Amino acid sequence: MNNEWPLWEIFIRSKTGLDHKHVGSLHAVDAEMAIENARDVYTRRMEGVSIWAVESKYIHASNPDDAGELYDPANDKVYRHPTFYDLPIELKHM
Amino acid sequence: MSTNKLKYLLQLADNALILGHRISEWTGHGPVLEQDIAITNTALDHLGQARSLYQYAAETYNQLSENDKTDFFASPVFLNHTQPVTEDTLAYLRDGWDFRNALLVEQPNGDWAYTIARSFFYDHYSVLLYTALKDSSDATIAAVAEKSLKEALYHHRWSSEWVIRLGDGTEESKARMQEAIDERWAFSGELLTPSEADNTMLKAGIGIDLDALKATWFTNVEDILSQATLNIPSKEAWMHEGGKTGTHSEHLGYILAEMQYMQRAYPGMEW
Repeated sequence: MNNEWPLWEIFIRSKTGLDHKHVGSLHAVDAEMAIENARDVYTRRMEGVSIWAVESKYIHASNPDDAGELYDPANDKVYRHPTFYDLPIELKHM
Repeated sequence: MSTNKLKYLLQLADNALILGHRISEWTGHGPVLEQDIAITNTALDHLGQARSLYQYAAETYNQLSENDKTDFFASPVFLNHTQPVTEDTLAYLRDGWDFRNALLVEQPNGDWAYTIARSFFYDHYSVLLYTALKDSSDATIAAVAEKSLKEALYHHRWSSEWVIRLGDGTEESKARMQEAIDERWAFSGELLTPSEADNTMLKAGIGIDLDALKATWFTNVEDILSQATLNIPSKEAWMHEGGKTGTHSEHLGYILAEMQYMQRAYPGMEW
């Protein structure tokens, strides 16, 4: 019998306007407790203004063994980068 | 007036310190890492509230007349201390009879359910307390209340959810939660029973009307206990009293022995 509480993945938004970033995982019996545990474990030094909790079993990950077929084909397709446009000189920070 | 204000501040501060100390005993012993951190955070919140209140209490004490000062405390080491009184003097050099915390907060941790039940009764009280104290005519007390309320709201959410989770949980968790609620119940009444200091501060516009909060406290607690499918103890039950005026259970002495040992053995020690 498995007595471990379910594992949750925690995402924290550090400031309004930024996106939620994965910060780690923790154990909790339900979603409410996951958010409260995340508050206590991951935001006690003012790291965040918003928390997402997702039960880890609902995260589907790509298989590292498939990296070749998934990612390598993009290697020689530089034309997909928007680096071939002539930008006006006045335009900065692009 | 000033002595009653000091008594009042000590009631509030001692509750926070002693409960914070009790809860801190869980540090490193929590049932899971996440709850260990949660309960340690809570202990630090209480300690922070205690510090703010002790700082103000120390200021109030230092302004008393010499006669009032000598009459106020009966702790030999405190009275022999020649420096101006600070938050540390109040925390470390008073003996048990000079503490004014309610008996509830000095009760031992027991199992997780006992710890939760103690916090649950206290947290529901402290939310009502700090909400009302925000309007205190004393600006310092009002400011401490405003800051503490946010912490208290989180504490009461946390402890209420645990009561529901354990009460409406397995057969064993329900039985243990019910036992803890029933056993700790007799210590809940003192929180909302006015002492002389409470009454004087209410009249002065500094304190709050505890009698008026009793019904709300009971309704809120009853609501959570129903959600937890637990039996609700009787409103008419006999309640322990004495802490607010310095008559404590034997547990306080042991807490102070551990908490004060270092400062008593090595006065003024810092690390």
